[in-house]
Amino acid sequence: MDAIDSSLVDWSRAQFALTAMYHWLFVPLTLGLGVVMAIMETLYVRTGREFWKQTAKFWMKLFGINFAMGVATGIILEFEFGTNWSNYSWFVGDIFGAPLAIEGILAFFMESTFIAVMYFGWNKVSKRAHLASTWLTIIGATISAWWILVANAWMQHPVGMEFNPDTVRNEMVDFAAVAFSPVAVVKFCHTVSSSWVLGAVFVVGVSCWYLLRGRHREFALSSIRVAAWFGLFAALITAHTGHQSGRDIAMYQPMKLAAAEGLYEGGTEQALVLGGLLRPGADWTAASGDDRFLLKVEMPYALSYLATHDLQGYVPGIRNLLEGGYKLPDDSVALSAEEMMKRGRMAIDALAQYRAAADAETKATALATLEENFPWFGYGYLKSPGELVPPVPLTFYSFRIMVVLGGYFIALFAGLLLLGQRVTRWKWAQLAVVLTIPLAWLASQAGWVVAEVGRQPWSIQGLLPNVAAISKLDVGSVQTTFFIFLILFTLLLVAELGIMGKAIAAGPETDQTSA
Amino acid sequence: MNDITFLQQYWWFLVSLLGALLVFLMFVQGGQSLIWTLGRTEEQRRMLLLATGRKWELTFTTLVTFGGAFFASFPLFYSTSFGGAYWVWVAILLCFVIQAVSYEFQLRRGNVLGTTTYRIFLLLNGILGPLLIGTAVGTFFTGAEFVVDKAAVASPAMPVISYWVTPWHGLEAVLVPQNLLLGLSVLLLTRVLACLYFQGCMADETLRENCRRRLRIESALFLLFFLSWLVCWLLSTGFAYTPDSGVVHMEPYKYLHNLLEMPGVAALLLIGVLMVLGGMAGGIWGQRRSFWLAGPGSVLAVLALLLCAGWNNTAYYPSVASLQSSLTIANSSSSLFTLKTMTIVSFIIPLVLAYIAWAWRALDRDPITAEETKDEH
Ligand code: HEM
Repeated sequence: MDAIDSSLVDWSRAQFALTAMYHWLFVPLTLGLGVVMAIMETLYVRTGREFWKQTAKFWMKLFGINFAMGVATGIILEFEFGTNWSNYSWFVGDIFGAPLAIEGILAFFMESTFIAVMYFGWNKVSKRAHLASTWLTIIGATISAWWILVANAWMQHPVGMEFNPDTVRNEMVDFAAVAFSPVAVVKFCHTVSSSWVLGAVFVVGVSCWYLLRGRHREFALSSIRVAAWFGLFAALITAHTGHQSGRDIAMYQPMKLAAAEGLYEGGTEQALVLGGLLRPGADWTAASGDDRFLLKVEMPYALSYLATHDLQGYVPGIRNLLEGGYKLPDDSVALSAEEMMKRGRMAIDALAQYRAAADAETKATALATLEENFPWFGYGYLKSPGELVPPVPLTFYSFRIMVVLGGYFIALFAGLLLLGQRVTRWKWAQLAVVLTIPLAWLASQAGWVVAEVGRQPWSIQGLLPNVAAISKLDVGSVQTTFFIFLILFTLLLVAELGIMGKAIAAGPETDQTSA
Repeated sequence: MNDITFLQQYWWFLVSLLGALLVFLMFVQGGQSLIWTLGRTEEQRRMLLLATGRKWELTFTTLVTFGGAFFASFPLFYSTSFGGAYWVWVAILLCFVIQAVSYEFQLRRGNVLGTTTYRIFLLLNGILGPLLIGTAVGTFFTGAEFVVDKAAVASPAMPVISYWVTPWHGLEAVLVPQNLLLGLSVLLLTRVLACLYFQGCMADETLRENCRRRLRIESALFLLFFLSWLVCWLLSTGFAYTPDSGVVHMEPYKYLHNLLEMPGVAALLLIGVLMVLGGMAGGIWGQRRSFWLAGPGSVLAVLALLLCAGWNNTAYYPSVASLQSSLTIANSSSSLFTLKTMTIVSFIIPLVLAYIAWAWRALDRDPITAEETKDEH
């Protein structure tokens, strides 16, 4: 019998990571800049000043350049579940397909219809219809984010479905549980608000570049005022929803939390690591070992409080999660990884018996065993408990990068609001703001690294590991497409940056008008 | 609503409708494939690209939604075809990736690759997009090389349930003449539609005349390929299944039988084809609104063909590698619950069509002039 080649899994993951990370370079800017430009146009319609129209038009131009790249990279993702994760698509397609289809019907058409009116309709529709089109473009984009994040949240915390042994797949039984899962709500709020932060950082950054160059002063100051308020508001929501995300993963993905915290040995009264350096090469799956930190700065009790809302709360570490034996919130005792894998294999064997059974009695016995052990079904595909530990350093550092930058952005926007007009005098501050632009992307990408790398080895938490989710292709094919996408997307990114750069250098056409 | 068979038929109808709308909207691709043929001067080429540039996202979105809707309603197709006919789908996707940036980037300063490169991207998308999609759809009638074995989920070493049996992963479909004929027909249809669309929206007299002349050639070629395909199709042995057992078998003249047994669908096909013919004739005659005859006609005709692929106990994605692996709307659909949920969502489609129509009319009210290509958005 042939077996899944582990490098096929790795390359399929690499390709998904590559395309998703490229896509995520453009989406948050779409979500963030979209709101800024719509606010600018609203100001135009309310005040009737040509200045605001030109301001809106300038940000719209940059929006359009970026949007094209979002579309180009997004289409791959829509189909990649099929091309590279075909088993996944069958096993959970009954649940997962729906949000994708709804995204198309409800959101993509809205976005693509109204964006055309936004760009080509200035002289063809009324002022108000135009403004409505601009808002509908960004609302469409945000609704699309809702549905795709519903899909992603479901992968982190699957709900609302039942396994059907006859069709050999999970089937949806509760749409509301999927579409309005609390995990999805938090994920949506955190992702969208953090994208607003990114958009606001971009706007203040570009504006400060004009100040540095001594150009478009009024335009820059007006843009900074709008974007700093918007950014501060968004950054505070981001911090709040980030905290809620932490609660979610503590509850549903404790291994992800342990990895993000570098928590090997858990317990009660756990401290939160504010910053630290991990011992390079430390083995996080070994039964014991030296201290895995070279140095760390901690905040006492904070992790227990974050995870359980109780300073004394118990937080399991990686070792505890693998060995089990601690008490779960519902007072049951946690199983060891070995035990879960054993039960998973029983479930899988029972499924095979169920399908092969000729008589009703064997079928019924097999079904009972399957149902009893189904909660651990996915564990049956794993070969060793160590597979359950995600890459710790990557998750740990990414988490820190995101959170530290989250704090910095709050300070940045607050600082800009306090400075007001005075920012024109402080060259170093302007430079600092310009240099912050890439950091917004860094934080955003780091967020996804925490969410996705931290979920490993699962495609769907606890239900389907990557090995059982992929398409049966030869590694060479996936490697080839990986490099095709890498080269093509990089080329297009370079072109995009070139165009952005020129468009920013050309500047807005506000100078003929006054603020 | 509690009848899964009905909902499977309904969703096959919706997916077919999306597919039909996609073929119609690929007039954008047809237009791109004709930039240099119709546009003799830079100014003319800009006008042509402005006209399709307002519409390309609609086509693109229809393609994406087609994928999403297929996934939600017939997930086994999504997993089997996309994961198996890997190279064909990747090629199609790449064609659309390069399209997505090209309109925005082609005339911008600092675009690194130069205007001509982006226009070549549009040309490639214009030719390969319809050709490959048409060829891939051809396999709905001729079959593909896959095996589905759901029991594989229970074997941890190799749990993948569907796989392709040739190393070509879908590219082999291009070598089947009937598929290729359909691919070429779709390409030519999109070019016919593009000529008609430009005739309707261009203010420029010479450009309209170019379109009219071009239309004669494209129409003749389209008829040649499409009628050849149609004859092959009507005479071909098709893939049928017995509803109760789900067993798939070969049936001579299956698609002809489908038309005879579903007179409504046959009427759609006939009316659709006549409308396309009428539109072509009108366009050649110089009638400027013929796009609105041939366009809807092509929707009806393609819809009818796709309905013949899946309705009336026909396997819509047959496997030539393992006949019983063939996909039917019955064995590949989502659960009753999901189909019901999605059906409720589908009631919003008329609203979507309404605002698309509003936007279309608002943007296309005045003919495109050379002047308009100068103001950059
Ligand atoms: C201020 C403190 C922040 C905290 C406490 C925080 C916390 C978190 C947590 C726990 C996750 C993982 C959620 C999961 O795996 O389900 C996450 C994900 C994420 N974060 Fe943050 N975050 C913060 C700031 C930021 C900032 C400033 C950005 C970007 C500008 C950002 C962008 C993201 C993104 C894009 C994700 C992935 C999507 C998601 O899972 O929600 N975060 N964040």
